[in-house]
Amino acid sequence: MRPTRLRLSDVACLRGGRLLFRGVSLDLAPGGTALLTGPNGVGKSSLLRLCAGLLRPFAGTVETEGRLALADDRLALDADRPLREALGFWAALDGAAAAAVSASLDAMALAPLAQVPVRMLSTGQRKRVTLARVIASGAPIWLLDEPGNGLDAASLELLGAAIAHHLAAGGILIAASHQPLPLAAPVTLSLADYQAEAA
Amino acid sequence: MRLLWLLAARDLRQAWASGGLWLPVAFLLLVASLYPFAVGPDATILRRTGGGMIWIAALLASLLPVDRLVAPDADAGILDQIALRGIGEEMLVSARLLAHWLGFGPPLMIATLPAAALLKLDGATTATLELGLLTGTPALAALGLLVATLTAGLRSSGALAGLLALPLAVPLLIFGAGTLGGGSGAALKFLGAASLLLVAITPIAGGAAIRAGRD
Repeated sequence: MRPTRLRLSDVACLRGGRLLFRGVSLDLAPGGTALLTGPNGVGKSSLLRLCAGLLRPFAGTVETEGRLALADDRLALDADRPLREALGFWAALDGAAAAAVSASLDAMALAPLAQVPVRMLSTGQRKRVTLARVIASGAPIWLLDEPGNGLDAASLELLGAAIAHHLAAGGILIAASHQPLPLAAPVTLSLADYQAEAA
Repeated sequence: MRLLWLLAARDLRQAWASGGLWLPVAFLLLVASLYPFAVGPDATILRRTGGGMIWIAALLASLLPVDRLVAPDADAGILDQIALRGIGEEMLVSARLLAHWLGFGPPLMIATLPAAALLKLDGATTATLELGLLTGTPALAALGLLVATLTAGLRSSGALAGLLALPLAVPLLIFGAGTLGGGSGAALKFLGAASLLLVAITPIAGGAAIRAGRD
């Protein structure tokens, strides 16, 4: 198996006829972390979607080695199913064991909610569920979009512990965030510096 | 194969949980019970025109579930999460087509039995009708799904879906209703050919539509 890796070379992103950013390069090896910062609309989420392969770069290349997991503002779970079952669908697709779902619920302190239908969850709980879906996937590359939004202090600690565990196991993390995240020594990428000058 | 089944099982479960499976069945039965009120209770007229009426009802019923086939999952990010796992959109649409037909074709064929009784169709006509529906419902399901993928990102996609699907469904209606006219059986073969064609192109065209809808 080839080692986990994520490399962006000179990537530019064009959305809706507007060049959001250009010349972004990034190379992450196992254990590597990148933090995307910048004001709203600068293209943080778009860069994450580029890494995920859901958008194609306008210029440059995106190479990834290893499976990806994306946590954005959408839950991607069936609203009427109990939490554990809804997460179980993705675990089955990933070929993960049922224990992986239980472990991810524990990691985000969601075990008491395992039988609650997904639509009943609060904002902060939904954010934790999104993170639990990422943890359960077992993917070595995590792409987290505003993972700290709506989380209380205790949940932020859980997030920090999950991230530390992921990185210690040789994972890669890219996070976009406004607020400080419990990350040790990330490569900080301020996307505002890569904005194209007005033509 | 396991992947196809996992995806299709979820789609089928969602369709069942949302109660959407009953819509086409209820629609077909309503049409069959309203039709005699409109044309009168004359058994001869009902017998002669009832089969064609059921085909029209089946065609219109196939449009009812269109707005919940793709758009809700696209909005919820489920399609993106599936793509993220390296599962091709063609596979996704194939699984969805299988699930959609299972939830649409057989219930419609069962509902046709009481509908045929309401329209005074005889046994032989009902059998031909069922055979025609067995051949034609995969095409109706594929067409509905194809239109659903094309209109997933649009507002008020329901009306647009009808406008897109109905012209394409004309051959199905002609050949489907044509099977009831007796003759050489060519209509059933044409219906089968149209069905195969639609089932074959839907995963490819639908997959491309989902990818194009991402930008």
